[in-house]
Amino acid sequence: MNAPQPSDDPQKTGHDAGSEIPNGAAAAAILSAAAGCFCIGLFGLLGDALPALARCFNFYIPTGPLSGVTTSAIVVWLALWSILSRTWGDKSLPMGKINASSFLLLGVGLLLSFPPFGDFLQGK
Amino acid sequence: MTALHGMGCGGLLLLGFSGALIELYRICAPGRFSLLNEFERKLLRLYLIAMAVLAWGTVLSGAYIVYPWYRARPPAGVTDYAPYPQQTLLATPATAGWHNLGMEWKEHVAWFAPIALTMAAYVVAKYGSDLRRHRHVREAVLAFTVAAFMVSVMAGTLGALINKKAPVQGGAVINFMGGTK
Repeated sequence: MNAPQPSDDPQKTGHDAGSEIPNGAAAAAILSAAAGCFCIGLFGLLGDALPALARCFNFYIPTGPLSGVTTSAIVVWLALWSILSRTWGDKSLPMGKINASSFLLLGVGLLLSFPPFGDFLQGK
Repeated sequence: MTALHGMGCGGLLLLGFSGALIELYRICAPGRFSLLNEFERKLLRLYLIAMAVLAWGTVLSGAYIVYPWYRARPPAGVTDYAPYPQQTLLATPATAGWHNLGMEWKEHVAWFAPIALTMAAYVVAKYGSDLRRHRHVREAVLAFTVAAFMVSVMAGTLGALINKKAPVQGGAVINFMGGTK
């Protein structure tokens, strides 16, 4: 009797098949981490573009708006991770799509955090 | 304190990436995960947790201890900007780019590293040997760790170059050798 071997080919089922632990917990961690990175870029750009928002982001005066930008992004990341973990924790999801979305969010976050790109979007 | 931020946490983190990336690459090749025995899997788990802790230590010490010294504003009437690195850089167009591009980019993008490494450490700790069944998860962990490495290199390099142009001088002076003349 041969025990069934784990499959490395997700194309067979559309997701990672035959797993003891569903991939939902990993999907939640990966997508929320990407969203957190995206939020750092987005909040940084918004803080730069909108002086009123920059003042709101001034959580710790010696550090300035950076404190609010990063703290807010971390809150979004952890909240999203918690919500997605509860929703997806026991499910098997199409990781190809989750990865594609995560890489897109990560890439856009990187781009938004690059000052010349932010200046370009603001028309500076 | 700047040395603790840059070399203690940041430098150790950068050194740590070599080992993490090699191990993660090993397990990302199809069918390779079983190459790691139980001890090696535990070691990788602890290694990634330690890297995440170092990454958080780097960004938190940078943002809440070093950065306030960097961006401090001189009192009215002060013309010597040497203790005020941001003002020193912005004083001339030739050096303003070190702040407007270098610091502005570094202060945000560096935070990608602890988030990505926390995710990587969590996934490796939770899934353990079961990671061998999740090819896409392994690929995402490797990709995010590579991204964390790239932003750490960028932030570390810019930090070192900016500190060379306009050194941060905050904090108490610590004398390791008492023999002053």
